[in-house]
Amino acid sequence: MEWFLANSGMVLGLAGQHLVLAIVPMVLGLLISIPLAQLARRNSTLRSVVATATSLLYTIPSLALFIILPTILGTRILDPLNVVVALTIYAVALLVRAAMDAFDSVDDDLRNAAVAMGFKPMARFFQVDLPLSLPVMFAGLRVVSVSNISLVSVAALLGVGNLGFLFTDGLQRTFITEVVVGILAILVLALLMDAVLVVLERLLTPWTRAAGGKSSGADATTLITEPKSGPGLPHAGLRTDPGAPG
Amino acid sequence: MNIFAETIAWLADPKHWTGTGGIPTRLLEHLQYSGLVLLIAAVIAVPVGLFIGHTGRGRVVAVAVAGALRALPTLGLLVLFALLAGSGLMPPVWALVILTVPPLLAGTYAGISSVDANVVDAARAVGMTELQILFRVELPNGLQVMFGGIRTAVLQVIATVSVVAYLPLGGLGRYLFDGLVLQDFPRMLGGSLLIAGLAIVVDLILAAVQRMVLSPGLTLDSRGSHKAAEDLTAAAPAGAAVQGGTP
Repeated sequence: MEWFLANSGMVLGLAGQHLVLAIVPMVLGLLISIPLAQLARRNSTLRSVVATATSLLYTIPSLALFIILPTILGTRILDPLNVVVALTIYAVALLVRAAMDAFDSVDDDLRNAAVAMGFKPMARFFQVDLPLSLPVMFAGLRVVSVSNISLVSVAALLGVGNLGFLFTDGLQRTFITEVVVGILAILVLALLMDAVLVVLERLLTPWTRAAGGKSSGADATTLITEPKSGPGLPHAGLRTDPGAPG
Repeated sequence: MNIFAETIAWLADPKHWTGTGGIPTRLLEHLQYSGLVLLIAAVIAVPVGLFIGHTGRGRVVAVAVAGALRALPTLGLLVLFALLAGSGLMPPVWALVILTVPPLLAGTYAGISSVDANVVDAARAVGMTELQILFRVELPNGLQVMFGGIRTAVLQVIATVSVVAYLPLGGLGRYLFDGLVLQDFPRMLGGSLLIAGLAIVVDLILAAVQRMVLSPGLTLDSRGSHKAAEDLTAAAPAGAAVQGGTP
């Protein structure tokens, strides 16, 4: 505790770097995944290609990817860009699946109703499909958020600055306090990000509460696949939860 | 481009395929560590998962514990165990076991509880004991979903064992860290390719085993179970990432 207070400036600085390295890939991943998922949903060949490619990408260990990428991108090994690209790849792999499930979760009757009311395809997508897919999308985002925050620390092994530095430094100095502070800081960061996503989801989907039914947040907290979960919970594939939110 | 040629040269060099620091030795070490971690984790996770899946009891606790474990950073836990328990093989193995239990537990539980309740009731109605139901009905029927969790866990362990070399132990991760210290990029890249290759090959083998072990009745089954299996194979890698376990 004393060590943390004495070094809080450094820890906060590292936490800031850590957060940037975790959030940027998540946002990039989302921006890439939504159009990709939309395309894949219309084309069954593309859909199976995407499904295979995403599971294949995930088999590549991140430490290996952090090292392979510089030679492909022409960056230096210490460049944080490698971490951003690697985590974006993982985020896309996860979010494309989540986005497809999310768009599938939108009731076709609602889509048809929107078309009947005269929505143009673009307007319908942004005003009907996208908002209604948010609950499932957020479940995917929360998974990516925790996984990114955890994976970023691995990049410290190569010397990229983030909270993982507390682990490598702590090991070299055989200083347990520093390692414990690092673990706690990462846990706090993961919980904070999860809480932010939960709040964001609530703000963006006010109707899920108005309906009085199950809130989507409750679905998202189910850690384990519930293949028998009722109708309207199509994201059984997201067998993942960041942990108890808040 | 040059670095690729150098990497291939590094991989092809017969010197790197013999001796204590050779690729076969490192590969074997990697597989030994992974096997040990998986064995211990399975001994803990599978019975608990079977129990929770069959009875439905303790679900909430298991979900909460597994969720909390998932947020733990792999590297931090490895370093902490190494500092607390000293050097040697077992501290990192225990750290990895803690990270491997959640996906195995989740997979086992999900597999057992994915079995149609009507099928279980029918088994009970024809007079099967609870143990018979578990091992003759729920286990074979839930195997497809269970394999999703198993593959997640295996991939995650193979990936995470690379980090163990940092502590420092053996395994294919040695090439990454030695290469980093020596600024020997062909060695690092070669090591990375070996780890990625190992992960892909092991996953393919598991996919083949899955096809062999599964009851043929399941593959003829309704669309529903296909969907569930698809979801899980896709979720498998997702789980790995959640662990923070794919270093």
